[in-house]
Amino acid sequence: MSKQKYRIGILGMQGAIAEHADHLHHLGHESVLIKNKEMLEEIDALIIPGGESTAIWRLMRKNNLIEAVQQFAHSQKPIFGTCAGLVLLGKDQAEAEESTKLGLMDIQIKRNGFGRQKDSFEADLTVKGMEEPYPAIFIRAPYIEAAGENVAVLATYDNKIVAAREDNLLVAAFHPELTDDTRFLELFLEMVEEKTVSPV
Amino acid sequence: MTERLTGTERVKRGMAQMQKGGVIMDVVNKEQAKIAEEAGAVAVMALEKVPSDIRAAGGVARMADVSIVEEVRDAVSIPVMAKGRIGHIVEARVLEALGVDYIDESEVLTPADDIFHLDKKPFTVPFVCGCRDLGEAARRIGEGASMLRTKGEPGTGNIVEAVRHLREVQSQVRKVVHMNEDELMTEAKNLGAPFEVLLQIKEAGRLPVVNFAAGGVATPADAALMMELGADGVFVGSGIFKSNNPAEFARAIVEATTNYQDYEKIAALSKGLGEAMKGIDMKTLRPEERMQDRSF
Repeated sequence: MSKQKYRIGILGMQGAIAEHADHLHHLGHESVLIKNKEMLEEIDALIIPGGESTAIWRLMRKNNLIEAVQQFAHSQKPIFGTCAGLVLLGKDQAEAEESTKLGLMDIQIKRNGFGRQKDSFEADLTVKGMEEPYPAIFIRAPYIEAAGENVAVLATYDNKIVAAREDNLLVAAFHPELTDDTRFLELFLEMVEEKTVSPV
Repeated sequence: MTERLTGTERVKRGMAQMQKGGVIMDVVNKEQAKIAEEAGAVAVMALEKVPSDIRAAGGVARMADVSIVEEVRDAVSIPVMAKGRIGHIVEARVLEALGVDYIDESEVLTPADDIFHLDKKPFTVPFVCGCRDLGEAARRIGEGASMLRTKGEPGTGNIVEAVRHLREVQSQVRKVVHMNEDELMTEAKNLGAPFEVLLQIKEAGRLPVVNFAAGGVATPADAALMMELGADGVFVGSGIFKSNNPAEFARAIVEATTNYQDYEKIAALSKGLGEAMKGIDMKTLRPEERMQDRSF
């Protein structure tokens, strides 16, 4: 684990923002609530939290954050998306009339793929690189239907991809922020460390 | 593949955590549901009449017609909530069977049981319940509510009761958090609250579930006020579809909730918005017209 202290932004439109902030503080890092594009300049990496992806998307559009977050990703800054964050980082279906995603990661998403709230569940998940199972909480969760060749699959459940990484982007269909287990965030912080070695 | 556990406390409370910072809107048909979704609502509440119309209609207010719940459920991809009467086990089970994502055991409807609320723990679907103070909040949590909303006075377009209830709950939570543990049992007795729930609040430093504000939000500034006072999000009932420009009101209320401390933005959002719902002064409500007093 790195001893470096990072400033990690949490997209502050709506959703489980405080939960991610608590995890970051617990690991000794600073969290910054991102409400506008200017604030993106102050941070080393960004978390897009769980929430309602359609609401977050519309609020991002209103607050001029769509292109700004796309540029943030293109500058190789790391982004971690959980649940709604995974949906937003993915690509629109080819036949989609209106864009509702950032299209940054080469993944096709099945929104609410595991069903409605009554189908929401907890399960222990085997994650690549983790010795012990991860306690995953899936809430009206999406999954990844198809992933490009540069996407590393980190976990599957019921033969569906539920966690993955592509270069500077990390996604989980479940909610690490709802557990006390910070291993997923630590994985992200390792990515942040990798990406911030280059001299500024 | 490891075992899949549904309906756990974390899954039910977690669903409400995903709604934080958002606006949940009352809708009575699919057209309204789509306007709400397009405006950025985090969920819609399907019901037969908005609270101000329930007031006007009088009589017994029940769970919405199943066709309305289905119509709304099938029209949007955001979560769908629906109201059941207090203590009405079967309405709640029917709503669960219809696949709604959250049930509001609501004083806006006429109670089916005037002594007991539902035992909400055995349900897979989570529940939200109203509260005016910490005693009521803690009793509902004790019964298994996964989310709270301070009640306000529904269908009035008057924010004063919502403010009173949120301030009351917040102030009582602060008091409990700073109490010594040996004072908690007497506080539990005085509030009529389960001791264990107060203990959890003391240890966590806050309520163990998400708490939205409801009952009287009519303008973007009202929504922002409730966020400023510490609500986790806002329910808007009659305030949107009883205004003269629902789509604009809906959008403005959503944006004001997210940017609740950006006063220039709220000024811009409020400009030329048109007329909000008319509203009712509390002094003109007869005791039997006060929906907030309908639970126990």
